[in-house]
This record gives sequence, C-alpha cells and structure tokens, in this order.
Amino acid sequence: MIFRGTAWRVGDHVDTDVIIPARYLVTIDPKALAAHCFEDLDPTLAGRIQPGDILVAGENFGQGSSREHAPIAIKGLGIACVIARSYARIFYRNAFNIGLPLLECADLHAAVESGDRLAVDNETGRIVNETRGTSFQAAPLPEFMRRLVDAGGIIEYTRRKVAGRR
Amino acid sequence: MGMTLTEKILAAHAGVGRVRPGELVECRVDFCFANDITAPLAIREFEKIGVATVFDRERVAMVPDHYAPNKDIASAEQCKIMRDFVRRHDLPYYWEIGRSGVAHVLLAEEGLVLPGEVFVGADSHTVNHGALGAFSTGVGSSDLAAVMATGELWLRVPETMRFVFHGRPAPWVTGKDLVLRIIGDIGVDGARYAAMEFAGEALRHLTMDERFSITNMAVEAGGKNGIMEPDDATLAWVRPRAKRPFAPVYADRDAEYARVVEYDTGRLEPVVSAPSSPGNVVPVREAAGVPVDQVFVGTCTNGRLEDLRVAARLLAGRAVHPRTRMLVIPATPAIYRQALAEGLIQTFLDAGAAVSTSTCGPCIGGHMGVLAASEVCVSTSSRNFVGRMGHRDSKVYLSGPAVAAASAVLGRLAHPDEVLGRTAAGVSA
Repeated sequence: MIFRGTAWRVGDHVDTDVIIPARYLVTIDPKALAAHCFEDLDPTLAGRIQPGDILVAGENFGQGSSREHAPIAIKGLGIACVIARSYARIFYRNAFNIGLPLLECADLHAAVESGDRLAVDNETGRIVNETRGTSFQAAPLPEFMRRLVDAGGIIEYTRRKVAGRR
Repeated sequence: MGMTLTEKILAAHAGVGRVRPGELVECRVDFCFANDITAPLAIREFEKIGVATVFDRERVAMVPDHYAPNKDIASAEQCKIMRDFVRRHDLPYYWEIGRSGVAHVLLAEEGLVLPGEVFVGADSHTVNHGALGAFSTGVGSSDLAAVMATGELWLRVPETMRFVFHGRPAPWVTGKDLVLRIIGDIGVDGARYAAMEFAGEALRHLTMDERFSITNMAVEAGGKNGIMEPDDATLAWVRPRAKRPFAPVYADRDAEYARVVEYDTGRLEPVVSAPSSPGNVVPVREAAGVPVDQVFVGTCTNGRLEDLRVAARLLAGRAVHPRTRMLVIPATPAIYRQALAEGLIQTFLDAGAAVSTSTCGPCIGGHMGVLAASEVCVSTSSRNFVGRMGHRDSKVYLSGPAVAAASAVLGRLAHPDEVLGRTAAGVSA
C-alpha cells in the first residue's frame, strides 16, 4: 500500500497522555477520542490533520500508559501511518493490534517539516519526501509483526488460533 | 551462559529449556486483569474471538479503580460494561467500591500475584509486581482480550539490565528516590524493551512497600518489566496471602546482563522529577522553594501503608500550609483500615489534609484534585507529563512521601530535613 499525505512532525518522547488525555478515556469511540488527540501538545492540531496525513515522530513515541485509546485516537484522525525513530513498547503492540501502520526510520525525522508531502510504501518501507526530493528507507518489519498484520491483528490471529484447536 | 530471572520465568512459561533475548515466545499467563478504562475495550475485542468464556475464571480479575467511584455518567457506563461481564462470566475476582482499591496494590495484597509467575495487566503499571519475583508487564486491551481467551501471550524475550544498590540508603532516601535516580540517569527510554532487574544489599533495608515503588516505575524508563529476586522478606509477605501454590525462581549465577549499573545508596539524596518528564530528576535541595498549590500522597506507586506512615511522621503535630491543599488516598481499604488503626488518618485530618476512599484519583487528572492552569502539585505518583493531572499549563513534581509531606507543611517544595531535622531521619530503618 502506498500512502501519500501531508507530514505532521512531532518531537521525541511524545507520551500517551498528550496523545489522548486520561480525562477523555470514558469512551471507546474513535471519533470522540480523535477530537481530543494531541490536545495538550497543540490544541489546534487535531483540527488541522486531514485523513490520509502522515505523522512523523522522534524517539520513544507513545511512552507511558497502556491505553489502546492512543493509537485508536490517531487512527480516528485518519492518520494513514506513523513513522518514528523509535516506539515505546506497549504503544507499538497496540498500534499493530488495532491496525494503525507503524514504520521505524532513523533519518526521516530530521529531514522533514510539517506540511511536507510524503509518499510511503508500507510494503517496502521506501519513504519519499516529495517536497524536498529526498528519500529514506524504513527498518523492515519484524517477521512476527508481519504475520500479525497479515492475519489482520491480534484478535483475528487469536480467533484463528482458537478455531484451529477445535 | 545461564539465564536471568526474567529469562528463566519466561522459558518455564513457554515450555522450553532456555530462551535468549530477542526471541519471540508464546507464554502461558498465570493471571491477568483489566481496569475500568481498559476493560470495556478488552471485553469488546474478547467477544470477537469466538470463545464461550475466559480461559480460567480463577485467573482473570477486573478492578474498578481509575474513575471509580464514578465521576460522571460516561465513566459509570464504562464500569457497568465491566460489571456486567463479570456477572455474565461469573468471575470471582471483582471488587465493588468499598472493597476495591488501586488494582496493582489490591491484587498483590490479595495474593493473586506470586513469585515465579507470569502476570499480565491492561495497565502499564502492572510492572509493579516484579517486586515479588514475578514477570509482570502491561499490555493494551486487545492483547489482554487474547490472554483472557487463551491464557497465552506472545512476548519478545527482553535483554536484562541489572541495577545493583549497595550499602544502606542515606536518610530520607526511599525506594521512590532510588527508582527516580535510575530514570534520571538512563532516561525515559533508557530501558526500552528491556527487563530491569534490581538487586543488591540495600534492598534488604527497604520495606516491601518501598520495593513495589521501584518495580512500579520500571515502565517510566521504558522497561518491559521490573523484577527482584525474592528474599526472606518477600516470602514472609507473600506466604500468608498466596491464593495458589508457588515456586520462587532465582537467576543463574552466570546469567548474562546487557548492562550493569551500580549505586552506593548511602551517597544518594532525596530527589524529585521536575516538570514535565519522569526523567527530569534533580535533588530536592536544588528544586526546593517552588510554591506548591497541591500535594498528593497516594497511587499504585506510593499509596501503601509505609508511605502513609512516612507522611504522617512529618505531619504529626503540624498543619498543611494555608496556601496548600493536601490529598491522601490509601491505595486499598486494607491500607485505609490499618492507617486508621495506627492513628495515621487522624494525623492527616488534624493537619488539614483530605483523605479519600481508595482510587487512582488525581494521578490521571480526571477527577478528585484536578489542577488549574499554572498550579503546581507535588505528587507521589509516577507521571508528570504535560496535562497529566489537569490543565496543560499545570506542573507536577514527582517525589516520595517524605518530600511530599514536607512540602505540604511548608507550602513549597521542601526537603524533609527542613521539617524534622537530620537526626529524625532514617526512614528506611
């Protein structure tokens, strides 16, 4: 799948509390959560992100809480994929589990500004910054994560596993 | 080469002779739980898997703690989803308000987490239970749903980082100060994906309550789990409570560690995490003087009996400063009851502090002590991210209970020496 969209750049160590503050964790509705996504980082950000846009983050994106509401809120905004230098571990699992594509790329973050146009090949990991004419390679997806994605996430993976044992 | 404590527990639960860091294993899970924020999602996902009920009703708990007692209609509906599920599946481990408490403290207290076990919770502070010598880690709701259905979880075997505490902790240096020191030194992603094993003779000078404060915050350094080998104190704490038979696990002598970090705890001093990262650690003396609007003693990190005892020592015969408000929330009803019996609750009330029923409360900024713009809170909780406890322009300093109570008395961030003097210290004795 090729994603083409506008980049939104955030910094290092963006935590789940600013992705979706706990005061809004009284619902599991993606649209309701998306309305408050990144509110404490920049209250205007959620309103400016368009479906298909791409989030570019620094180190340790998604640190903090186990709230699956965090990737759900980002997906609810219509973000096509996240490209970070690195991810906190629970956020990483959660994003794959709910079907938010994540890519890991060491070099993109320093070479992108919010508003740049990006083209991302989710299969090969090839990332092109069309605004600046530069390209990058994301780290390959670990084999097991690929299997999880191919199965359609942990729930579908588990459903098949359980069905296979009957 | 032998295996670390974490590796040995994971190997045993994966049914293999040995595991190596980086391997993926499918592990048997001994116990799992969700709270009122994570359970509704977990239940919805669980119902898609196609199993009639949970893998073992004696090994799944649900705990209302985040927004319970419910703060509004929406949070009441979330709790009701959980309560209905518990009734439908006849799950024995559920506690209604009045008997419920902060999940991590409650589940350990109930003897539902045991040495050598694999424990999984839909809450990041599930790392808490490593103080008992268990592998204990947090996951999201979908992963938990899979565990509820199968009793299994895929895990990447983490590298182990070993933190060795030598000597005897200096006056006023508590377990919380030790873990904050580590997070300050290695950073909020210094142990990303790694097991954090805590060791050394200084641990013997810490109460079990203080040890839980250390493993509880492993996630704040990015750790997958925090863990300690059980010793006599651990076993004495666990045995009277244990709901199942258990077998402690110990690391091999020739275990391989990715990194070893050592501390002379006699040379450390009380610290705080300044706004707005748990990794922004500075000695209390350097941050002292900041005017404080609110002080909070509670949470899964520091809402245990020993924390209340330390806070009460500083507040006894004194008053919370007129410009400051103080909230004390015992983490479970059992702790509340014991604090009452010891006269600690009376001390708090006499000092002008508010004491609440057990709940996560102000820690997550949803209710019961939400901060206004520009307000400053000294909190014994684990996170001080932007907006964590209220307005995005509020500020949170994380500390242990002694620093929190001293700050309440003086109305400004303060070292406990300023209230009690150096000779009265020896908190960890």
